[in-house]
Amino acid sequence: MNNLFQTELKVVNIGLKSFKETLDKQNVKSVHVDWRPPLFTDEKAMSIIKSNTGKIDAANKQALQKILNSKPFIVGMGKALDVVPSMKKNLLLHAGPPVTWEKMCGPMRGAVIGALIYEGIAGTPEKAEQVAASGQIEFSPCHEHSAVGPMAGIVSPSMPVFILQNEEYGDKAYCTMNEGLGKVLRYGAFSSDVIERLKWMEKILYPSLKRAVEKIGKIDLKNIIAQALQMGDEVHNRNRAATSLLYRTLAPAVLQTSDDKEIAASVLEFINRNDHFFLNLSMGASKISLDAARNIEYSSIVVVMARNGTEFGVQLSGTGDQWFTGPSPIPDALFFTGFTKEDANPDIGDSSITETAGLGGFAIASSPAIVQFVGGSTKDAINYTLKMYEITAAENNIYKIPYLNFRGTPTGIDVIKVVEKNILPFIDTGVAHKNAGVGQIGAGVLSAPAEPFVKALIGLANKIKSNKE
Amino acid sequence: MNTIGIIKKGEYYDSITIMLIAKHISEMEGVADSAVVMGTKENKSMLASSGLMTPDIQPAGEMDLVVALKLNDGINAKFVLSKIDAVFKATKISDEGENFIPQSIDGAMNVLPDANMAMISVAGRYAGDVAMKSLQRGLHVMLFSDNVPIEKEIELKKFAREKNLFVMGPDCGTAILNGVPLAFANVVNRGNIGIVAASGTGLQEVTCLISNAGCGISQAIGTGGRDVKKEVGGIMFVEGMKALADDANTDVILLVSKPPATEVMEKIISVARGIQKPIVGVFLGASPELLKGSNIRQALTLEEAALLSVAHSKKENASVVIDALKKRETEIIKTAREEAAKLSPSQKYLRALYSGGTFCDEAQLLCQDVLGEVYSNIPFGSSKKLKDSWKSENYTILDLGDDEFTVGKPHPMIDYSTRNKRILAEAENPETAVILLDIVLGYGSNMNPLAEIIPVIKEVKRITEKQKRHLPIICSVTGTDKDPQNRTAVVTALGAEGVNVMESNAAASRLAVSIVSRKEK
Repeated sequence: MNNLFQTELKVVNIGLKSFKETLDKQNVKSVHVDWRPPLFTDEKAMSIIKSNTGKIDAANKQALQKILNSKPFIVGMGKALDVVPSMKKNLLLHAGPPVTWEKMCGPMRGAVIGALIYEGIAGTPEKAEQVAASGQIEFSPCHEHSAVGPMAGIVSPSMPVFILQNEEYGDKAYCTMNEGLGKVLRYGAFSSDVIERLKWMEKILYPSLKRAVEKIGKIDLKNIIAQALQMGDEVHNRNRAATSLLYRTLAPAVLQTSDDKEIAASVLEFINRNDHFFLNLSMGASKISLDAARNIEYSSIVVVMARNGTEFGVQLSGTGDQWFTGPSPIPDALFFTGFTKEDANPDIGDSSITETAGLGGFAIASSPAIVQFVGGSTKDAINYTLKMYEITAAENNIYKIPYLNFRGTPTGIDVIKVVEKNILPFIDTGVAHKNAGVGQIGAGVLSAPAEPFVKALIGLANKIKSNKE
Repeated sequence: MNTIGIIKKGEYYDSITIMLIAKHISEMEGVADSAVVMGTKENKSMLASSGLMTPDIQPAGEMDLVVALKLNDGINAKFVLSKIDAVFKATKISDEGENFIPQSIDGAMNVLPDANMAMISVAGRYAGDVAMKSLQRGLHVMLFSDNVPIEKEIELKKFAREKNLFVMGPDCGTAILNGVPLAFANVVNRGNIGIVAASGTGLQEVTCLISNAGCGISQAIGTGGRDVKKEVGGIMFVEGMKALADDANTDVILLVSKPPATEVMEKIISVARGIQKPIVGVFLGASPELLKGSNIRQALTLEEAALLSVAHSKKENASVVIDALKKRETEIIKTAREEAAKLSPSQKYLRALYSGGTFCDEAQLLCQDVLGEVYSNIPFGSSKKLKDSWKSENYTILDLGDDEFTVGKPHPMIDYSTRNKRILAEAENPETAVILLDIVLGYGSNMNPLAEIIPVIKEVKRITEKQKRHLPIICSVTGTDKDPQNRTAVVTALGAEGVNVMESNAAASRLAVSIVSRKEK
């Protein structure tokens, strides 16, 4: 029998922990599995999935190849109206799956109000609300326009955006410039200082960076992210190293292309003072890599996880543009002085695209500086990353984690593994106040909700079934 | 309200640590409001606007940490500040987290890449899928879980046979592989006797008896009781036999089971025919003619099977075993006569209270021949079913490990409480002539059985002395001195309380039956 009698017994124990303790007492090598029942056991869906394992595996392999081969670069900047696909004057892009004005959460509404004031469509918050509710403004998810936005993720027509290109496959993606922390549009704040900052970004920051990017030609984002992971970032809740690396790349070109020292200094200082300046770019780089893996028949790889503050949405490679959604949960967080979980909005933003690409919470073992979010010990952080290997299809070829002997980050969430193993993706996140106009009140972590993943798996099974018929 | 503020000069904390400290402080008793910030201009104006500013913290600079507190009336500020100091000390990042625990077979295989066995004890409705995953990853499977559908068992075993892997179970409580006792199993000598068993306690009994007789076990493979049924067709029983036939360290093969389905028995006999090693078989409840013409030497009790295997192992003649058992029977009769003489006229019935299912079966067989009318909750052979399992009638032999006794409770080998209550009830009953028990030692069982059973035995004595009756308690102890509970220690302590401890369940049953039948005459 397979040489069992001649081999040292090494046991995987699944179930009663006392059996593992018994093995320990006898010095038998063993590992205990903290097993839990699958998220659902719909026999029909599962049997379709099981009988297509070969095809699904092959499709996932192809999807992962595309994700890993992707080469995201910044190749330019432009105004959203001019460059973002299907952008138009009365359209606002937002984070997460589709949502109507009626269903939007407080911070999302706040950001819409701010954007309408910024665009000059409304003069006051009251007027902006009227306009937003009137039906003359259209709303659409960033993800449906090759774009991503953190938190509320609002992209309005006049906003400047970075243009990213996947040098391997040619696709493009778009993201705004990060405004900084605290009272900012993406957290739902819309006071005059918020609008003024956005205007400054449009009039001063954008032209300077656009010229600098043109001078540089293109900027390799994959390279910056790979370095940043080895410098303590996970490029979601910590972007300090990546921002610094980007700053080093931009600074000479900003100076060389500027006629005005004061302006050049103000531009560089803005980036310098915003540790999260790189966040939008790590999101864009993740987005463009995952988009390359879209529409591969049979693939169970997640290509989008995104939240609009009301719902959490998931898209799979093998199910086209279909969204699978469920209510968005409230994160476990550390709150700024004066705020509590009571004040927190359900999770919001496209930034979970970083986790979808194997960064952020999936790479938290790279980021000992922020382990306080996950229980305070570096081991906790490492365990979270180790756990994510359970639900991913591959280890990243470029993004490596120093502490894990440069093991590649867990990349490519497989919805089948999520459901079967009952392990939900682990996401780093910022927390917005639930009311419009307040802004950020904390930062923390959460596990993705189960519902969208269960629905996605059923969706994939149905798609496979209908393909065959 | 009392507002106080302190400056921690030049102490740098990253923003996350500050948030964490602030959270701890805000949750302290007596703290109405609080803030922990670096002393920047903006932060100080924030403190002022929220009424937390004090002259003490006015001079704080950008590199200073400021703690501002509003305390409820009557709260001792000094005490709160000392607690805050402790919070600062405790937030130093430590590396004392839990080690990573995988949540799936895949994850476990990353941690232990050359694992070769999966021990599965999750709920039955999931256990089949988990077992299949394990087989697909090339692991042998011990399936402790019960309530696995029989179709699933067949699927698993057929798949495993293709891949040259074992599936022990479902409902396999014990096995010993490469000297390692798994689940409910005893620490026995290693040796040249290999066992295939479709019965859990049966396997424990024979391995212990062999070990206590100075011989040892090469491998003890459990198959789960359903394996020898017609539907499963003895897939793993036969695979186990073949594996032992091929194993260079196995010289004697011992088969333990209830009588298999006819076609399965035929298969076993035919496979045995191709094996050159001596084979002993005990198929509890089968006719003594069952194995006639085969090369399997039939034993009628677990003890006889163990001793015959020992004889083969030591290359002794089987007549040694027969002689020894005959001699022991003489002693049993003698003891029985003495004990029977001490019983009062009302004492008529045997009350056997088992934790091991196979022991319950074996005792029924041994009693039926002599006593005739035997009742059980799990009738075996010619026994009749008890009307109410909670009430003994006539000669009663109970399996307290059966589901109806264990709802919401651990197995009686672990949790003695149900059986202890029943022992006392039987002791109170003037018709009880003998109490027969089993105690099963080893891993998985109760680690301190004496603490469970001795007080009850003392209580039985108190009850019967008060009622001026003599009530023999007879017991077998399945285990070895290498078991964590140590068999000799358990036997000695029971003996000191007047319990008649026998070397096997067969011997204990024989003694109990003999006492009762002698009383009748």
